[in-house]
Amino acid sequence: MTDEMLLEAVRWMLMSRAYDERAIALQRQGLYGVFSPGLGQEASIVGSAMALDPARDWIVPQYRELVAMVRHGYPLERLAGIGMGRITESTRIPEGVNVLPTQVALAAQLPHATGLAWGLKLQKKDSVVMTYVGDGGSSEGDFHEALNLAGVQRAPVVFFLQNNQWAISTPRRMQTATPSFALRAAGYGFPGVEVDGNDVLAVHEVAHEAVARARAGDGPTLIESVTYRMSFHNTTDNPSLYEDPKDRAEAARRDPIDRVVRYLTSKGLWSQERDLEVRGSVRAEIEAAFQRAATFPAVKPSDLFEHVYAEPSPRMLGQRDDVTSS
Amino acid sequence: MTQRNILEAINNALDEEMARDPRVMILGLDVGKLGGVFRATSGLLEKHGPERVVDTPLAEASIIGASLGLAISGMVPVAEIQFLGFTAQAFHQIGPQLARYRTRSRGRYHCQVTIRAPFGGGISSPEFHSDAVEAQFVQSPGIKVVMPSNAYDAKGLLIEAVRDPDPVLYCEPDRLYRLGRMEVPDGPYTVPFGSASVVRQGADVTLVAWSAAVQLCIAAAGQLSADGVEATVVDLRTLVPFDVETVVSAVARTGRCVVVHEAPLTAGFGAEVVATLAKEAFYDLDAPVERVGSFDVPYPAATLEAWYLPSVERVVAAARRCVGA
Repeated sequence: MTDEMLLEAVRWMLMSRAYDERAIALQRQGLYGVFSPGLGQEASIVGSAMALDPARDWIVPQYRELVAMVRHGYPLERLAGIGMGRITESTRIPEGVNVLPTQVALAAQLPHATGLAWGLKLQKKDSVVMTYVGDGGSSEGDFHEALNLAGVQRAPVVFFLQNNQWAISTPRRMQTATPSFALRAAGYGFPGVEVDGNDVLAVHEVAHEAVARARAGDGPTLIESVTYRMSFHNTTDNPSLYEDPKDRAEAARRDPIDRVVRYLTSKGLWSQERDLEVRGSVRAEIEAAFQRAATFPAVKPSDLFEHVYAEPSPRMLGQRDDVTSS
Repeated sequence: MTQRNILEAINNALDEEMARDPRVMILGLDVGKLGGVFRATSGLLEKHGPERVVDTPLAEASIIGASLGLAISGMVPVAEIQFLGFTAQAFHQIGPQLARYRTRSRGRYHCQVTIRAPFGGGISSPEFHSDAVEAQFVQSPGIKVVMPSNAYDAKGLLIEAVRDPDPVLYCEPDRLYRLGRMEVPDGPYTVPFGSASVVRQGADVTLVAWSAAVQLCIAAAGQLSADGVEATVVDLRTLVPFDVETVVSAVARTGRCVVVHEAPLTAGFGAEVVATLAKEAFYDLDAPVERVGSFDVPYPAATLEAWYLPSVERVVAAARRCVGA
């Protein structure tokens, strides 16, 4: 990573954290839906996404990679609008933005990523797919099936596994007996790499190598990014029921934002003024996004029947009439 | 004039669509050199090449999930699930993912994917190979459910499925695959979805069915006719979309109806047909509507299946109850 890229990375990381704070505050006021923050995982999310070229590469997300999608071209105000329940054409993924919808049926996105990468390869496109999953999602059968097929087809896909130590309340040790998630790649015939997921430089380096490998036709890579979820699973969760506060405190000492800021400061690339300026500018950008999001049209009953099929069936049209005339 | 059985009609439809559209590809278990366990894809690997006819790992969820991704990349996948009963291993990728992707993306993405799946009893298959689970997919809005009963429809409905921008589950009646040939023209033609076919006209009772049960109803109608009871036979052809109009108008003419399917009776799609008739044809009915299905028990061993499946005798008996004869 060049200094310039690193400064860009820090800005995305600060934006992620600021967005989390804003969205959680809005959720507590009843103005935002259930939200899963990226707190503590910013180096993983940003370092991986910055290895991609948004013009030709694809992101197949799980749900905790908001700024990765924004960096890839999904406008922040649209994501804010979705959070605020304005789920219409005005908040969907724009044409030309190579991002798939977020996925809450965990690991179900992985076979999609494999198929997408396989299809891009069949069409001789110079594209790579990056897909996200967690330590919990890796227990799903879809994880195995997707990686296995990707290996067979040498699909240009990077499986980016954020091991944040928790699947809601289930700790990593109850998820698997394997000493390393990265080891699993051996079973699929492609490399697995473990990386310190709180070190944005290290994450970017392994992601960049994996993307280059995929683009060169050498097939998939599994990256295990070892990090820590420094928050709740989502806004309905209560970690005080299951998390040892010592673990959180220990993780806080490895906070990925603090680490990169210390590094930049030591290189003379960061100062208190710069810190205030960047934090201020990302907050302003987020506020502007929420303001634009509030202007998107609200949902209406007939939206229920939109985008189910290219052409709605006669029965659906009758049901739509019932809903809209009542 | 080309005579084809259902299997040959399916093979011919796939071959012609692959020749017409370079995006069309086939993936599934044993679809390559073997040509599928029933040989539906025979010769297609040799003709269209290994990038377009692909044997996959033995893993149904990834066959469907990868088809979704392939479709988004710009390909037109025709996925084969070796037997419809094995969609259980892929259901989470069909109902919640493939069927809903257009909705989930608010129309940004759609999945032009066809899933072919043989099903049905009467061929002494091993466990799980015969299950008629089509109604499960009717409860998954976003996918169409297509049930051909003869070779002409099999080709036309399959071409329609491949060209449909939305996902289609195309269920093949394996018992009928090689049971006789009929005129199936060379060259592309389509049979539209949501258009039931009246395959026999009769004034006394309407038999409604789909897939292999249509042939059962035609045989039953022949027996009934010998006793002076004339049956109309309606072949739904597709369950989603459901052609309410054709069924209701046929039943309005006869005032009596029997619905026949291979799935277990309770909450089979026959229940939807009967509920629809109760609303749309109530004042035209002269007798309670009868249903003939398999029993509400797991699909049995092959040595028991003759008692489990609907038979000509059970259809004839239900029709006689219905007409009071």
